[in-house]
Amino acid sequence: MNILDLSNHLQTYLTIGAFLFGIGFYGLLQRQTLIGMLISAELILAGASVNFMAFNRFLAPDPTVGQIFTLFIMAIAAAEASIALSIVIAVYRNYKTIDVVDVADLEG
Amino acid sequence: MNPPISSAEGLAGLVFLVMLAATGFGALIAVNAERTIRAVAGLALCFVGVAGIYYFLQSPFVALMELLIYVGAVCVVLVFAVMLAEPRPEQQVGKRNAIVGGLSFLSASLLTWGLVALANGAAWCKAPMRINEGSMRDLGQSLLTTYSMVFELVSVVLLVAIIGSLVLGRAGRSKA
Repeated sequence: MNILDLSNHLQTYLTIGAFLFGIGFYGLLQRQTLIGMLISAELILAGASVNFMAFNRFLAPDPTVGQIFTLFIMAIAAAEASIALSIVIAVYRNYKTIDVVDVADLEG
Repeated sequence: MNPPISSAEGLAGLVFLVMLAATGFGALIAVNAERTIRAVAGLALCFVGVAGIYYFLQSPFVALMELLIYVGAVCVVLVFAVMLAEPRPEQQVGKRNAIVGGLSFLSASLLTWGLVALANGAAWCKAPMRINEGSMRDLGQSLLTTYSMVFELVSVVLLVAIIGSLVLGRAGRSKA
């Protein structure tokens, strides 16, 4: 497999999707602030979308399905980001911080 | 196939490598940066790379939407949140103990390794035929015929999200 011909192989895209997912997962576990965790969740969603688009390009019998699914993922991610950020603002107004260590009134 | 670097295919392959590098590098910045605003910039870089990858997957429309929605809207909203909530840099928060960091790195790399091994080991079989080309025209047609119900539902979800974030953001203000 030539390195300049990588864009024509399904495995390239699956690998980059897996890396995006793994990096996002690591960030979600390790980040201390709510905004940092939100950024990691966006990376996880991006990894899933890349997988959908790769299968759509190489394997699907109807190559519009994956594109439409990715568009819906984008819409849901935008809704999620707006809700999560207004929650962040509300948390900041009540606690004066958005570090997950300090926002621990409901300790489980 | 072995395209020489000066041909059109070779140059396209080079651009693809740049996009891959932007995606990986941006993602690493997004999770490792000390300051949140740098993490947001890394996220924007990562999404530019992902848009390029979508372009190589023969879907210029989705690539454009990725740039418009993620780089243009979500990252700007994140910048606003950073401005309003002033998160402290990571090292002032006090690191979570090293065991948690190590364990999360270990589990994430195990997960990534498993997914990569699965992707490269499985025998993927192609569909015997395709019913259309996946062009922008086909995309619009199926969005307004097969998926019209989902399309409407997504717009309702977005409307509810707008109203919900307004309500959440307004609560707690003394007078508005």
